[in-house]
Amino acid sequence: MSTQQPLIIIGNGMVGHHLVEQLIERGAHRRYAITVFGEERHLAYDRVHLSEYFAGRDAESLALSTADYYAEHGIELRLDEAVIAINRDTGEVVTPRGRYPYHRLVLATGSTPFVPPIPGNDREGCLVYRTLDDLDAIRATAENAATGVVVGGGLLGLEAANALRGLDLDTAVVEFAPRLMPMQVDAEGGELLREKIEALGVQVLTERATQRIEDGEAGRHRMVFQDDKVLEADLIVFSAGIRPRDALARGSALEIGERGGVVIDDRCLTSDPAILAVGEVALWNNSIFGLVAPGYQMARAAADTLMADALDRAPETFGGADMSTKLKLLGVDVGAIGDAHGTQHPGARMFRYLDQIKQEYRKLVVSGDGKRLLGAMLVGDNGYYDTLMQYYAGGIELPQDPAALILPSSDGAPALGPDALPDSAMICSCHNVTKGDVCASIDAGACDLATVKDSTRASTGCGGCAALLKSVVDHELESRGVEVDRSLCEHFAHTRQELYDIVRVEGIKTFGELMEKHGNPETHRLGCDICKPAVASILASCFNEPITDAAHIPLQDTNDTFMANMQKNGTYSVVPRIAGGEITPDKLVVLGQVAQKYELYTKVTGGQRIDLFGARLEDLPAIWGELIEAGFETGHAYGKSLRTVKSCVGSTWCRYGVDDSVGMAIRLEHRYKGLRSPHKIKLAVSGCTRECAEAQSKDIGVIATEHGWNLYVCGNGGMRPRHAELFATDLDDEALIRTIDRVLMFYVRTADRLQRTSVWRENLEGGLDYLKAVILEDSLGIGEELERQMQAVVDTYACEWANAIQDPEKLKRFRSFVNDSRPDPDIIMTSERGQLRPA
Amino acid sequence: MTTATALKHETEMTWQALCRRADLVPFSGVAAWIETAEGPAQVALFYLPCDPATTGGPNTPQPGHEQTLYALDNHDPFSGANVIARGIVGDLQGDPVVASPLYKQHFRLTDGQCLEDDAVKLRTWAVRLDGERVLIQA
Repeated sequence: MSTQQPLIIIGNGMVGHHLVEQLIERGAHRRYAITVFGEERHLAYDRVHLSEYFAGRDAESLALSTADYYAEHGIELRLDEAVIAINRDTGEVVTPRGRYPYHRLVLATGSTPFVPPIPGNDREGCLVYRTLDDLDAIRATAENAATGVVVGGGLLGLEAANALRGLDLDTAVVEFAPRLMPMQVDAEGGELLREKIEALGVQVLTERATQRIEDGEAGRHRMVFQDDKVLEADLIVFSAGIRPRDALARGSALEIGERGGVVIDDRCLTSDPAILAVGEVALWNNSIFGLVAPGYQMARAAADTLMADALDRAPETFGGADMSTKLKLLGVDVGAIGDAHGTQHPGARMFRYLDQIKQEYRKLVVSGDGKRLLGAMLVGDNGYYDTLMQYYAGGIELPQDPAALILPSSDGAPALGPDALPDSAMICSCHNVTKGDVCASIDAGACDLATVKDSTRASTGCGGCAALLKSVVDHELESRGVEVDRSLCEHFAHTRQELYDIVRVEGIKTFGELMEKHGNPETHRLGCDICKPAVASILASCFNEPITDAAHIPLQDTNDTFMANMQKNGTYSVVPRIAGGEITPDKLVVLGQVAQKYELYTKVTGGQRIDLFGARLEDLPAIWGELIEAGFETGHAYGKSLRTVKSCVGSTWCRYGVDDSVGMAIRLEHRYKGLRSPHKIKLAVSGCTRECAEAQSKDIGVIATEHGWNLYVCGNGGMRPRHAELFATDLDDEALIRTIDRVLMFYVRTADRLQRTSVWRENLEGGLDYLKAVILEDSLGIGEELERQMQAVVDTYACEWANAIQDPEKLKRFRSFVNDSRPDPDIIMTSERGQLRPA
Repeated sequence: MTTATALKHETEMTWQALCRRADLVPFSGVAAWIETAEGPAQVALFYLPCDPATTGGPNTPQPGHEQTLYALDNHDPFSGANVIARGIVGDLQGDPVVASPLYKQHFRLTDGQCLEDDAVKLRTWAVRLDGERVLIQA
């Protein structure tokens, strides 16, 4: 490897780092001895999400790579070492620490923030917003500041304003143009944007040219504008655009554009063919590209140029880039596609939609014949972006009535489905991944989203395409039949939902009957640990017969069989129902006495109950005999069924409570207890918007309002937490219960086995709107039927333990051994913190 | 071990009365103690009655699987707990099996083989009904 030629990359920003990755992908680290110089202390980091630095993300979590990655590939990374000169005659770069020869050189020096030439712009506390060090300086200055001004109302300026807000400064934005984000939005969009941003408490001043900055009275600085109006602030951030960092190129007499930027050709070569330039320092066709995606495109082209003779394909070139973008600035969606202003295409026609109540604005620019989308502008809701972008980038013919594309989607806007996209459709512009690439990855064996992301890198840049990528992957997998076989197991060629319908329609009451009529005759018809519990659950949801009846007992998981939760040593835990988490002192005493007597470990659960661990199989009936005697009933902690309804103390005790959350929680728990369902169900009721019961993390969450109850559905904690979604507002008690009846029974009817409400909801075609239509508007005409079915379950409730302990036949099962009364000698306990636990 | 003692063990394998038919749970399992040459052991007994009229059960066994009683180790080697008798009984790929109630591995009732791990096999015993008595050979 002594023949490796030195390749030097100056700059370790996002594009510089991407270039390194691209070079490694092409094996360039074996041909070249690569050295990377970075002026900053930090390894390349994610500048797109820089404002999250103030929201708690540290430099490490923003980093795009690790020093190990560079070392592993033999790349010398010299951070905190700025290149100060390039000597083209000797083929060297110069730093304060030495001179380094190069064979090929790449400039990836990026840009600097433009600081307008205003007298006083170099005062202490006048800063810029570009690097982590800049952010540290802003943070340090902000510690002794109350007010901050951002000069510049463009994309970066609003980012900076968000950062100042994050530091609790009174923030203002000063823009020279008549509106915010003049590049992306028009006057109307700009006005809406101003309203939204002012509503966040950020002062917006447009058409303001700062004349000078001087000592202030109320604040440290005073900005004086063209009309002698003034604005005072303790901290000023300049964020009025960028300028290419082309000083090294100027110093070595490379060709520079009139307004700066190192001139490059399609191969990213500068006027010296040994030297390339990529990213925001590079000027292509008289344009600087200030977004990350075009920078990445240049990095790919540059890597191809450097490895051109080793490629087995034509080298990629840079042919300009689309500057379409979607952003969330200060929480406000802004999107611009193509010719958003409609100024580049004579004869273009426009559609515009403005909703001043919801503060949404959308504009379409279409060709004169109305068939092609030339550009679009979005303020307030970027949900329309992906579809519009596909029409624009794919040149897809517009529907008859293009206006539908920007009308509110409740009117049924024709979303462009993934199947309508051509193979050339760009899915991820950061990594240049088309729909064709995604399909190829699936054809090569990727069978889920994560694998596709790994192999194509789609959606690993800015992440803006995540939703689009998922829909394309799902659709492609489905069209390849990946999910075609939805049989429950080898015994039933039906889904759980189909079996549910069969059971209900045909009135089938036992597993045997269902197997006989609908089971796979090729098997021994015993069933298995998949279909037996699933069918047991369906039968219980429909007919609610005791699960310990002879016909049902072989179907149950051990937890249901013994109506307790098996722990790792074969003992069980016992959880009596404590509805709403409310328990009398007398009952509390009983729990303690039972735990003492049977030597049970006790722990308070997350669902506001008490769990008694370590019960031996043969002790369960005696334990329950005492619990039932004291007025307890089973808590169904062992079942795929309603678990608990958690509550806060509500208006009874709490000075903030607006309604009786405990009362409602108890009412709901007693209504739905014993409901067998595809998976466990948890509810919670909070007495006010402070939400102490954490209702928004539950399958069904209820929060009291001044006017009734707000209902949230389909949340959960656990491995993949999901916030519940607001489903209906200000319901009275009866309407609340009616609505929950319908939602739960619809879930029981249609969900897959072991599918929580959150996943069920995510897989519901039509989403929340569909669920609302079914439940609230009764679009399927099944509302009353669902209520009747729920009422039947409620009416047939009986405590399973009370049922079992009256039946000697059922109690026979609660023996460790049928021929010996000795306990299992292998269960060995030890003591810890004053209680017993498995040894 | 000499040939003579090995033979002696074999001859000592006898049918022991274990429990009554009424102690069994159709299409499910119960546990029992047996005396073996190596000392006491826990067995899991599974009862798959052939005659559908016996219970509400579904069973119409295929030819070759008329056996109604199976005895396996009650000890679950994966969890170390004595819980096999409390697993769900079923059939997979043509074999009657029990699923461990803790970590859900399947064991073939006929020979104790674990379907998920070739290296794991439970002991099995011959077991039969004699009228109302359940007899096991150990």
